[in-house]
Amino acid sequence: MNAVSRHSVPKRLAVRVCGRVQGVGFRPFVKCLADSCNVSGWVRNDAGGVSLEVQGGGSQLARFMVALREQAPPLARIEAVVENPCPLQPRERGFRIRPSSGGAVATEITPDAAVCDACLEELFDPADRRYRYPFINCTHCGPRYTLTSGLPYDRVRTSMAKFPQCPRCLAEYEDAGDRRYHAQPNACPECGPSLQLLDGDGHPLPVGDVLAATVDRLTSGQILAIKGLGGFHLLCDAGNPEAVARLRTRKRRSEKPFAVMVPGIEAAERLVRLAPGERHLLAGVDRPILLAGKRPTVDRQLPGVAPGMPWLGVMLPYTPLHYLLFHEAAGRPMGLAWLSGTGQPVWVCTSANPGGEPLVTDNQDAVRRLSGLADALLVHDRDILVRCDDSVVRQAEGRAVYLRRGRGVTPSPIRLPRGGPPVLATGGHLKNTVCLTRGDQAYISQHVGDLDNAATCRALDDTVAHLQRVLAVRPDCVACDRHPDFYSSALAARLAAEWAIPLVRVQHHHAHLAAVQAEHGLEGPMLGAALDGVGFGDNGEPWGGELLALDGRGGFRRLGFLRPLPLPGGDRAAREPWRMAAAALHELGWGERIPAWFPEHPRAQGLAGMLATGTRCPRTSSLGRLFDAAAGLLKVKAVSRFEGQAAMLLEGLAAEHGAVPAWEGGWTLDQEGLDFRPLLAELTRSSERGFGAALFHATLAAGLADWLCRAAEKAGQKRVAIAGGCCANQVMMRDLCMRLEHAGLSVYQARQAPPNDAGLSLGQAWVALQTVR
Amino acid sequence: LAHGGGGRAMAQLIDELFMAAFDNPALRKGNDQAVVEPPPGRLVVATDSHVVSPLFFPGGNIGSLAVHGTINDVAMCGARPLALTAGFILEEGYPLADLRRIVESMSEAASAAGVSVVTGDTKVVERGKGDGVFINTTGIGVVPPGLELSGDRARPGDHVLVSGPIGDHGVAIMSLRESLGFEAPITSDSAALHELVAAMLDEVPQVRCLRDPTRGGVAATLNELSRQSGVGIVIREEALPIREAVDAACELLGLDPLYVANEGKLLAICPPDASERLLAVMRAHPLGSDAALIGEVIEDSHGFVQMETAFGGTRNVDWIAGEQLPRIC
Ligand SMILES: [Fe+3]
Ligand SMILES: [Mg+2]
Ligand SMILES: [Zn+2]
Ligand SMILES: [Zn+2]
Repeated sequence: MNAVSRHSVPKRLAVRVCGRVQGVGFRPFVKCLADSCNVSGWVRNDAGGVSLEVQGGGSQLARFMVALREQAPPLARIEAVVENPCPLQPRERGFRIRPSSGGAVATEITPDAAVCDACLEELFDPADRRYRYPFINCTHCGPRYTLTSGLPYDRVRTSMAKFPQCPRCLAEYEDAGDRRYHAQPNACPECGPSLQLLDGDGHPLPVGDVLAATVDRLTSGQILAIKGLGGFHLLCDAGNPEAVARLRTRKRRSEKPFAVMVPGIEAAERLVRLAPGERHLLAGVDRPILLAGKRPTVDRQLPGVAPGMPWLGVMLPYTPLHYLLFHEAAGRPMGLAWLSGTGQPVWVCTSANPGGEPLVTDNQDAVRRLSGLADALLVHDRDILVRCDDSVVRQAEGRAVYLRRGRGVTPSPIRLPRGGPPVLATGGHLKNTVCLTRGDQAYISQHVGDLDNAATCRALDDTVAHLQRVLAVRPDCVACDRHPDFYSSALAARLAAEWAIPLVRVQHHHAHLAAVQAEHGLEGPMLGAALDGVGFGDNGEPWGGELLALDGRGGFRRLGFLRPLPLPGGDRAAREPWRMAAAALHELGWGERIPAWFPEHPRAQGLAGMLATGTRCPRTSSLGRLFDAAAGLLKVKAVSRFEGQAAMLLEGLAAEHGAVPAWEGGWTLDQEGLDFRPLLAELTRSSERGFGAALFHATLAAGLADWLCRAAEKAGQKRVAIAGGCCANQVMMRDLCMRLEHAGLSVYQARQAPPNDAGLSLGQAWVALQTVR
Repeated sequence: LAHGGGGRAMAQLIDELFMAAFDNPALRKGNDQAVVEPPPGRLVVATDSHVVSPLFFPGGNIGSLAVHGTINDVAMCGARPLALTAGFILEEGYPLADLRRIVESMSEAASAAGVSVVTGDTKVVERGKGDGVFINTTGIGVVPPGLELSGDRARPGDHVLVSGPIGDHGVAIMSLRESLGFEAPITSDSAALHELVAAMLDEVPQVRCLRDPTRGGVAATLNELSRQSGVGIVIREEALPIREAVDAACELLGLDPLYVANEGKLLAICPPDASERLLAVMRAHPLGSDAALIGEVIEDSHGFVQMETAFGGTRNVDWIAGEQLPRIC
């Protein structure tokens, strides 16, 4: 078969490919490629990934090897390709897919992926047997992680086990040349799952066409619960203010912005301004919610969806079902061209997790927990086995920053600077995630949520168990936060005791920074700046604006901190920025002005008293609370309706106003740290909120840069990691990073792992890995 | 008040102040111990050392508190308290007049409760080595046959009741200590609960357990009970009795009233079919007039104490290590 060219001597190579190469159609791809390059050999899965041997003329082999790396299937992620010459097999003919080599085949589970274009073509082709079939998928797309219960990834261990394939599907599944070769969730209308529309009480609705009935209801302003990949969503017409208001009332979510779903990028661009990189993020196979700059018309177009926010969360459809709903709304057009139109509806698409509890995944559970929220439920009989919220991403300085890792991203690992014994880290309290390491791979779990309710705490237990199962790893060490009252820490202590393995308690801000070190592979000593809300400090005080010297061996020294402000009423002050403003006035020596400053707050007098006596006023170095103080002083927001609202509104005002020069007199630096009292005093004199917000951001960035540059010089360090919840503030971060880089420092920020508390688990794991060796 | 050994000055203090105030036959004998003839039943002993700052507060002082606290500890297993002992640690220089007020209110509290202080002890420590007055009281009592109250007896389905508004004592102390001067002064709920307990158990002997939610408040007590019994507990925020002034003070201070101390309240857990009767008996007693059914016991291997909030959500009422620390990042 092999046409051995006279110019190239035949050679044979043994090749190993590592990374995400199993369950993504890699072997059929290799076979196809080999045939087209006219080389012979074989390919198979094994414990380390994929191994293959290829034989052919030098130029064919070279072409094969290049294409192997560059044309891999969409869901593959190649980490390493190692090739070695091996002896020729002179009698070999053709290229074969061999059965997996014996022994433990660690067939990995890949993240869920949005439906691919090839499947979409079929979905909208009236001649195709899967025309309008909501569960169409192939090897290059569809559900994975969320329908798999264990290893190895095989149909029997997925929720597709109960749907035996019909002969036509089975033929596709077994044909190595087919797009559906070994596509575990393969299905068709003959043999696969089907849809059902239920009323609010869970009774099936006798409708002729489920999709048409669903779209009718959405169009008429109803709220629908719709089963997605990792859980249920609530959908309603974003352009219908009554429907949006009803959703807010029912979800008891007064001001927190909703994300919207639109059929394509063009429709998205009518709502948000998209840089090229952002377009790419929005349309990626992980189909995250992209936070992008909201167009000024949006508050008029979609009233009440994201009021006052500078950003809007936008998402494209990712299941065939989502596409079919838009397809129905568009009048069932053929082909894909209609997806680039802009006349389509915009739907609010928010996760169905009543009362801050975990996302609803189960049909019965959906009826029980969503009745009263949804007017009707669009369900199906393919069970969700693993809960997974939508991922949230934004672009900063041209790079993606994952603010929440969930569907489409989990369980992709982050590569650590080096390997070590497996570590389980249980994360923080809010936005909890856990992290399990295997070798030099760190697997951050999907978003678990806020551990303030029993259901989420149980979800954490389940997530820990599930992660161990799908990674087939038993930890040698457990890591957690140092706060004495977190459920995540109690769980870590319990597991460490049960398994008789060490427990490492990691300081909150150390963990934030270690997460950045971990994902950037930064070893050795460096500086770290934690720009955060509140975390439990080693002296028992609430920290949050910290300059740490990281020793690169899992330890740190606190070099300095923001001058602490009182936190009157503890966490209450984090929800009520006016309290932080009062705290600022007190620190400026103007305590007696507090009651007059807040005439609308009946408790202002009492708060002044608390500040005067120091009652329930722990002092915090938190930068997040400094933002709150500024927002309170500028009367941007007295009481936050959701976490971080005041700071976001302040950022929105600053962005709208445009940059102003920093005020160099706004801060002082001493041995301990950085004091922004002059800036706060200036804000009390600021009559214009937009200017005040801009001045605050600019001066903050300048002051922080001054502080960090001096510390870097003193320590002889050029590298600074920056992490913490405040990194979500783009106006400040852009300015700060520019200043630091201008001063010759290398700045490292969280990208793959969230800069907020969702990234703590990665940092904890990395600190533990550094200390256990 | 002078620091000294066991001399005449001390004997005089004891005679003039303590003997006069607590006067009863056992004490009058002047022995170093009291002999008590117990009625039939099982003997109960409880001891508690009282330290409170400030020593005087609206609704009482360390003296009355020392009597109520220990009587309540004895009463929570269903016992009738018989007698108390009192140990005083006084700081040199503490004003005698203040001491007299403390001892007198202690004596009043004891006689109002019908329980005598039958033996005691007094020590004076150097200035700076104490905080005015510390009082240890020990109580003895007798549980009538047949009563088996214990924190490990709560069962799924049981109801949880509280005898009245929560958080009064802790907020009274805090607002006074920090001179926050709330519009309406808040009074400590310090009270002896044994008669309420007796009335409850007379009518509903099936009560599974009683406990007074003192330090750590209702939250700590419910967590102790859930852990001891290996169950979960769900309470309803809207059912929790709480005075408006206490609620307002807690809001200002950023305190969760569930974690604030009480000194005259009890939590009761009883089988569901008995809760209505129990509630009626409690409400018929002056110390239980605002009693409420606040929740129920559920099966839960985690032993979570949860609260259904007024907003329709559910949140955990954690067992915290100490004071309420900030955790919002
Ligand atoms: Fe944090
Ligand atoms: Mg006690
Ligand atoms: Zn596909
Ligand atoms: Zn089929």
